[in-house]
Amino acid sequence: MPTTTLNSFRTGPDERGHFGLFGGRYVAETLMPLILELEKAYNEAKADPQFQGELSYLLTQYAGRPSPLYYAERLTKHLGGAKVYFKRDELNHTGSHKINNVLGQVLLAKRMGKTRVIAETGAGQHGVATATACALFDIPCVVFMGAVDVDRQAPNVFRMKMLGAEVRPVKAGSATLKDAMNEALRDWVATCETTFYCIGTVAGPHPYPAMVRDFQCVIGNEVRKQLVEMEGRLPDTLVACIGGGSNAMGLFHPFLDDKGVRIIGVEAGGKGVDTGEHAASLTGGRPGVLHGNRTYLLQDAEGQIQEAHSISAGLDYPGIGPEHSWLKEQGRVEYVSATDNEALEAFQLLCRLEGIIPALEPAHALAHVTKLAPTLPKDNLLVMNLCGRGDKDVFAVAERLGVKI
Amino acid sequence: MSRIAERFARLKADKRAGLVTYVTAGDPNADVGYQILKGLPGAGADLIELGMPFTDPMADGPSIQLAGQRALKSGITVDATFDMVRRFRKETGDNATPILLMGYYNLVYQRGAERFCKEAAAAGVDGMILVDLPPEEADELKPFAAANGLDTVLLTAPTTDDGRLPAVLKYSSGFVYFVSVLGITGTKSATEEAVRTHVERIKRHTPLPVGVGFGIKTPDQAAAVARHADAAVVGSAIVDRVKAGLDDAGKPRSDLVPGVFAYVKALADGVRGVRKG
Repeated sequence: MPTTTLNSFRTGPDERGHFGLFGGRYVAETLMPLILELEKAYNEAKADPQFQGELSYLLTQYAGRPSPLYYAERLTKHLGGAKVYFKRDELNHTGSHKINNVLGQVLLAKRMGKTRVIAETGAGQHGVATATACALFDIPCVVFMGAVDVDRQAPNVFRMKMLGAEVRPVKAGSATLKDAMNEALRDWVATCETTFYCIGTVAGPHPYPAMVRDFQCVIGNEVRKQLVEMEGRLPDTLVACIGGGSNAMGLFHPFLDDKGVRIIGVEAGGKGVDTGEHAASLTGGRPGVLHGNRTYLLQDAEGQIQEAHSISAGLDYPGIGPEHSWLKEQGRVEYVSATDNEALEAFQLLCRLEGIIPALEPAHALAHVTKLAPTLPKDNLLVMNLCGRGDKDVFAVAERLGVKI
Repeated sequence: MSRIAERFARLKADKRAGLVTYVTAGDPNADVGYQILKGLPGAGADLIELGMPFTDPMADGPSIQLAGQRALKSGITVDATFDMVRRFRKETGDNATPILLMGYYNLVYQRGAERFCKEAAAAGVDGMILVDLPPEEADELKPFAAANGLDTVLLTAPTTDDGRLPAVLKYSSGFVYFVSVLGITGTKSATEEAVRTHVERIKRHTPLPVGVGFGIKTPDQAAAVARHADAAVVGSAIVDRVKAGLDDAGKPRSDLVPGVFAYVKALADGVRGVRKG
């Protein structure tokens, strides 16, 4: 690890896709040439005003951006500390931040002449977003989803099917997000000449972590502008939940070089990090290699990957984006965790206080906000990314609360 | 000269191609897995790939995924895999059949590449094939493998074009493994014509022997590959024979090991029936 302070935290990755020790391209040789082709195509698209113009048009007119920055007055009063703002990415078309990235990637797939798109999904938010963009662009779409997640996120499965996507339940391993990603990679290696793999988070082989981050940075860039308009200055505190970490990276990255901004990522603590049944890779894991990149992973002493546990299917993943691993080791971002029960309480609190039903994923971020905000002064501007809405979770929450609907 | 180089030199002198057999270490359990390993050369294997079971085998089809699950369930570890190789060298006195460890990089990385290579070499391992370590990342392993006399066999694929081949070959020693189809292990099979074209193309870039694998299921297919390549690699189809020898409760039946050997012998007969040079 570097002992000197960096001039910027925003220059990564290097030309080989590394963020310090993390990231890289640990994939089968069959995929390597395709990944290099993708990197080249993405770099060209990024520099092409026409591509950026098309993306920007879709984000505005189709997805509904910019999403509002909302001052949660009742919650702020209830917590009695920091002034809490929500970045309302749950109001985007399809109900989460996932659409930001998917529109970029599917536009890129079209530009590259690919004729089929595959994706993995946990909670189904990325799957729904991908199915949506594929319907819009008339591209066949296959979504891999762990069989356990297919059961606990039934509304999203039906949504994807309505949108014309094929949902393939994955029964291997723990039948959750990591296994869906294995299966998507297996499909891709057999179909890579015609198929575009639309990864939903800031993980996977380079260039995915950087590309997905770039597409998600619209979140943080909007917050900068909006908060300056509303408060005349930058935020003091940023909070976001982390599974793979795309909503968090999108919010955090534009602020990494603003030294006064405290940045906190909240992992899924499941039944508690000390119980061993959780999804907090940064808190409870160590560096390893999986799914194309080196990053913090939940694993045993030998390096066998362990199953993650979380009430939230979207956070139920034993790894995390490599740039988060790097930011942890650099000490630039603080990483904490919130348990299933804490998230459930926060979920209900937000419904009652603000009339917003959050997804279980940002409910983890909110759980931390309820702990943190009361300890901060009233002039502390705290922005939390409310990255998804909870319609998909109401059945799971009802079951958990012992309510029959 | 390494055992791998010696074996290929010997095959060349015998004017035939080799048979490379893949089995997962400790499949279906440590004891039966060792019996299989021990008997493979006698059944006709010229080189042995010993798979290190991993929870997330992203490049493998259902056959090898299930083999890995059986082995992990039986409690196989990296140390147990090394022990198996050590025992093989000691008990059989076979100092000529090369054994390569095959698997995913995380198991190597967790132990530390340097320590892993040292321990593997000391156990009697000759080389490593790591599916998810392309040339772009191979410098993490290569110096330690070389320092311990281990060959690194990198994969080439139909997507590895002439522009990219030199990068792959730079890190390859022992032989070059050509993955003959786009896809995971044990699914599609390549045509003989495609194998011929690609092997010729690879040989224009390197004097190393070329082994061809993925999708070889029958002695005839093995023979077809042997006509063009220096070795035919068979994995999933052998592992399927292990599965076929399990009873409904997943316990190995007494005909499991003989069934595997009979199949390997049929493959070897196919490969040996092709006269080269």
